[in-house]
Amino acid sequence: MIRFSHVHKTFARTGAALQDVSFQVHKGEFVFITGPSGAGKSTILKLCFFEELPTQGEVKIGGISSATYRAADVPALRRRLGVIFQDFRLLEDRNVEANVAFALEVTGTPRGQIATRVSRLLGQVGLAAKATALPRELSGGEQQRVAIARALANDPVALVADEPTGNLDERATRGIYQLFRDINAGGTAVLMATHDLDLVRHSGCRTIEVNRGQLVFDSASDGGSREPAPAPASPAPAGPATTAPATTAPATTAEGNA
Amino acid sequence: MRLAIREALLAFRRAPMLSALSVTTIAFSLFAFGLFGLVALNIRNALRTVEDRVEIRAFIADGTGSETTAAALGDIGAFPEAASVRLVTQGQALDRARRELGEFSDVFEEGILPASIEVRLKPGFRDPATVRAVAKRIEVYDFIDDIRFGEEWVEKLHRLRNVATLAGAVLGLTFATVAIIIIGSTIRMAVLAREREISIMRLVGATNGFVRAPFLIEGFLKGTLGGVLALALAWIALTVINRYVVQATFFDPWMGAVGVLAGACIGLVGSALSVGRHLRQV
Repeated sequence: MIRFSHVHKTFARTGAALQDVSFQVHKGEFVFITGPSGAGKSTILKLCFFEELPTQGEVKIGGISSATYRAADVPALRRRLGVIFQDFRLLEDRNVEANVAFALEVTGTPRGQIATRVSRLLGQVGLAAKATALPRELSGGEQQRVAIARALANDPVALVADEPTGNLDERATRGIYQLFRDINAGGTAVLMATHDLDLVRHSGCRTIEVNRGQLVFDSASDGGSREPAPAPASPAPAGPATTAPATTAPATTAEGNA
Repeated sequence: MRLAIREALLAFRRAPMLSALSVTTIAFSLFAFGLFGLVALNIRNALRTVEDRVEIRAFIADGTGSETTAAALGDIGAFPEAASVRLVTQGQALDRARRELGEFSDVFEEGILPASIEVRLKPGFRDPATVRAVAKRIEVYDFIDDIRFGEEWVEKLHRLRNVATLAGAVLGLTFATVAIIIIGSTIRMAVLAREREISIMRLVGATNGFVRAPFLIEGFLKGTLGGVLALALAWIALTVINRYVVQATFFDPWMGAVGVLAGACIGLVGSALSVGRHLRQV
């Protein structure tokens, strides 16, 4: 469903961001992408929803290929993916309901259906009681739930989440993670970038690790280990940023600001 | 579509001053065009009245035989441009002059006024060039002493109308360009103000057309408003002219509609040019 084939991405200013990255995410899978800051996690996710295009190689999402797509394919592709960011990206001047409804309005959902679907989505993310609250009146975890409800609005086949718990405290992180698991249990694939190794370690999910733009570990193909591997013994100084998560102390979240 | 219209209307509330500025600029550009248009229109109307009266008067030399004159009348009557041809005898010319001059009727003596052939032209053949051409063809008869066709003022009126049209077009186009630039800037500011919203729209799969629609509608509405305002200004100007200067006519309803449509086009073009460029930066 998501397929990266020998993807290279080079930015004019910062140089190579990804080099020869290949992997596939199948329907209904839950996949973590880990790696240090600047490793290329976000670039991979941006390539998924065609915010960026590969410099070389091919990204194929549900039959739409970066090599052959037409401009009109991009909105269609994005309706099949739900995208979630660390900073929630909500519209501050609209309440929770309106934020979720926005995704339905702009994709042309008939007006009569919007209210029902919004209330179902808010129920699904556990925010039915806060429908009329403004984003600033919510905690970080709640704001992220609104963003998830919005991402789910068009019944995507996959969620693509870039550090969705990066701004949350530990409790909120667990809650959001559990929500992703529940959504995934319903058949929606999840591709989540994170550097919360504790979360990854305990999940038992497939993990892809990138470092310096290269895919250095994929638990689906590299010996079936469910743990992110230490940096490969490669000539490239892959660096201390890569992790040996089994032994590393959990980098959990003094960062939360719920 | 309803969402797009709602967003477009919201833009007026978000930036009222800027919106008013763009509407006013469009209004002035069309007003300038309209004012000269009115002048041209009224000159055209005057010309039409004058042209109705345009006739070529060919004065016949004394002693010309009546058969010669009759033959010439037949020939000239067969000109494709000629609507009517008639002979004014010396007696008729004198009667007419006396009638027109009233108390000074005695100044003319018998036989002082020459006989003449008067040719009226069909509509469509009354412009200066055709009139002159027909006059030249009549002049070739050797019994024609002199020929008059009021060429000077016909030409002057024509020239005046052309100048008014040209001045209106140049001024109107200049203002229209300024209006397009101003509309473009307001749209640019609107795009930047809604940057976050637009990026979310795109993220959740709104089509490009959907993202653009509110901005295009905004431009269209501003242009239409500008057009209506220009029409109102032109009407006020005409009322003033009617009262203090000269009786003049206003645009036909369809001309008014064309003016408003021109405003709508200016607004649409301004926003279309801007929105495409700036959306790419969001």
